[in-house]
Amino acid sequence: MTEFTPWLSLSGGLLIGLSAVLLMALHGRIAGMTAILAGVIPPFPSDWAWRAAFLAGAIVAPLAWLAAGNEIAFAVPLSTPTLVIGGLIVGIGVTYGSGCTSGHGVCGMARLSRRSIVATLVFMAFSIATVYVMRHVVGA
Amino acid sequence: MKKVLSAFLIGGIFGLGIAISGMANPAKVLNFFDVAGTWDPSLLFVMGGALLVTAIGYRIVFGARRQPVFESQYALPGTTGIDAQLVGGSAIFGIGWGISGFCPGGAIPALGLGHPETPIFIASMIVGIMIARALKARAARPAAA
Repeated sequence: MTEFTPWLSLSGGLLIGLSAVLLMALHGRIAGMTAILAGVIPPFPSDWAWRAAFLAGAIVAPLAWLAAGNEIAFAVPLSTPTLVIGGLIVGIGVTYGSGCTSGHGVCGMARLSRRSIVATLVFMAFSIATVYVMRHVVGA
Repeated sequence: MKKVLSAFLIGGIFGLGIAISGMANPAKVLNFFDVAGTWDPSLLFVMGGALLVTAIGYRIVFGARRQPVFESQYALPGTTGIDAQLVGGSAIFGIGWGISGFCPGGAIPALGLGHPETPIFIASMIVGIMIARALKARAARPAAA
């Protein structure tokens, strides 16, 4: 079980949205983690610097939040091999699918992009089906 | 320099939002998907809040300014067709997200929480990205005689 956290989750969602709007207003970019991350994996595009800065900020902020005395729940209920397999599959999928939850699910859906709406419905459906099979069919 | 500092701060807002929302916590994400079991609907509030702000904010931004502050134009994806790569890739991503509870936007901020599982996931994901790039490059080359 994990605790139902509507207010904290809503607050987090509002911050994610604020970040997406600011990145568009100032940099003219979609706040999609797949594309931003791809920009710091060789071969580097010419505009890798803002992507690296965005990633650094995204890592440092939770660290600072913890250092300020706050707590953030975290648990990985998986074996290491399962985590590695999951990572490989996610990396392959987001590269072929041109985006993930942030790029398609938030920014693309907010623009009413047909591609992003389809992508989001497909990955959500497959995630729910995968968890159903792993927890209730295989019974892992 | 201004651009880099701005991107750092905007990334910080993103990372803090992800971390407090629960998106960086695989146990919570997996429970969100487990509608037939220990369902935790919190992430509906993350998506709802993020979509609301982004949809309204984008409209204001595009209506108010012909170009972004630091660049000469908005870099928006031009492709509009629904193709097999989009659908197949998204399905594969969904399977991986359902297995691990980590998506790219959740995993990067989770690095800042300092747990040992996160770098293992991210390293694997980067290998996956490089495998997919190599496969795509091979498919794009004309077939050898």
